[in-house]
Amino acid sequence: MTPPLQPGKAGSAVFTGLRRFAHAGVGLVLPALLYGLWLLAVERRWLPEQILPAPSLVWQSLQELWASGELQGHLLASASRVGWSLAVGGSAGLLLGLAMGLSRTLRDYLFPSFDVVSQFPVLGWIPLLIIFAGIDEALKISAISIAVTVPVAVNTLKGIGNIPPALFEVCRVYRFTPWQVVRRMVLPAAAPSLFNGLRQAVMQAWLTLVFVELLASSEGIGYLMVWGRQLAQLDLVIVGMVLIGAVGVALDLALRTLESWLVRWRPPAF
Amino acid sequence: MSAVIHPVLTVPALPARPPAPAINWRGAVLPLALLFAWWAVTALGWVDTRLIVPPANVLHTAVKTLQDPVFLQGVLFSLGRDLSGFAAGSAAGLALGLAMGTSRWADRALGPSFHTLRQVSLFAWLPLLSSWLGYGELSKLVFIALSTLYPVALGTFEGVRGVSRAHAEVARVYRFTRLQMLWRLILPAAAPQIATGLTLGLIYAWVATIGSEFLLANWGNGLGNVVIKARASFNVELIVFGMLAIGLVGTALNRIAIRIEARVLHWRAPSPSAF
Repeated sequence: MTPPLQPGKAGSAVFTGLRRFAHAGVGLVLPALLYGLWLLAVERRWLPEQILPAPSLVWQSLQELWASGELQGHLLASASRVGWSLAVGGSAGLLLGLAMGLSRTLRDYLFPSFDVVSQFPVLGWIPLLIIFAGIDEALKISAISIAVTVPVAVNTLKGIGNIPPALFEVCRVYRFTPWQVVRRMVLPAAAPSLFNGLRQAVMQAWLTLVFVELLASSEGIGYLMVWGRQLAQLDLVIVGMVLIGAVGVALDLALRTLESWLVRWRPPAF
Repeated sequence: MSAVIHPVLTVPALPARPPAPAINWRGAVLPLALLFAWWAVTALGWVDTRLIVPPANVLHTAVKTLQDPVFLQGVLFSLGRDLSGFAAGSAAGLALGLAMGTSRWADRALGPSFHTLRQVSLFAWLPLLSSWLGYGELSKLVFIALSTLYPVALGTFEGVRGVSRAHAEVARVYRFTRLQMLWRLILPAAAPQIATGLTLGLIYAWVATIGSEFLLANWGNGLGNVVIKARASFNVELIVFGMLAIGLVGTALNRIAIRIEARVLHWRAPSPSAF
């Protein structure tokens, strides 16, 4: 969504290690305080247990769910939905973006409609999709795929738009076939933008997934949370949030790693 | 700068092309063809018209619904919810972004928590918020504010971090007070990113408004409630119309935001690169 934030420059090299350690420590103060407050609130019974479960209870539920394999099942269900949607929506978006980016004619025909449709929030589609696709996998995969298609297509189009025209001329000089143009010039030249699209797509997919699972599902992390909410077992809700956060952090990390690996051939400008 | 909006929705900068004819009719072909196909399959009875409702029925429903005070009230409630949540969230986001951007210590203390919590997919907060704050207006407002807070805080933070050191030194030489520093250096310099963050926040606020109304459908009144209740009663015409209304309101809010952004940042427009 936004470029990753650079950590602050840490001055002279000598104390860098020590200072980094101290700085990281400062970052832990706030979570530690909140955790302390949580413990205190539970111990003093400021809130009923249904509203604020003890951290130990959350931890216990997490372990039990993990040991029974239930948690892995929910995670797997959610992950496969995201995976399928990324494959379907990603290829649709890439094709759409390439078509609109490379052919003036197709752009004239498709872009105005695409532009209008892409401004509509995906959530608005969901009630209609429920009518057509029911509330099973088809709903989740179609909704998440729409959420994925838009950023991928937009960024593909943007990436192609930023390719210097000279490169297209070089391709013409070399008599590249259209496939060669796409494979050997367009895709590498648009790679940073394509990657940006992928990053946005993953984030949108994750957002939409949690929403659809909360709205209607019988398995998945979102379902676990709805279930916990209905049984007034807030420990399950918090387990769900922790998991969703952990997956979010993991996805972010994976995307960063992939990005640095993908653009490693690009010498840095500065 | 004025074209910067939600990355997902950004209108791509098309490659320079010769001045196009005033109106390109090719863009109308696809919608018209789809509309015709929609009309044809329903008129010829090729599909179940309870599922794929005829366009005329949708139009009829639209006219009827637009005269229904309950619907209009719902739209107004949604808008009010959206804008109040947005106002609260963007104020908090601005404060947080300014704090983290101007003070290294604030960044070190708050940054890690902020960037970790940001990874929790927004809607995952809703079950917890609704348990703590009830199903009423409050949990929706807090949720919308939270959705707005992240992009605004991030945009502000990046904008403030981008203020050039040289400018800050000049300000220091002139012995700017803290308030002058904020009003005359930081806010103007960070304005474009703050505006981007606010525009993004507005989009997220609308998504959060509709999303929370979908998920807490049985409580309160709003556009999202109307649409999700139409699903329960299998009123496909109303669903289609509701979907269009959600999209139109979202697009309109977005357009207004871009207008305001362009107006407010007008003075920056002809900024020749300094380097």
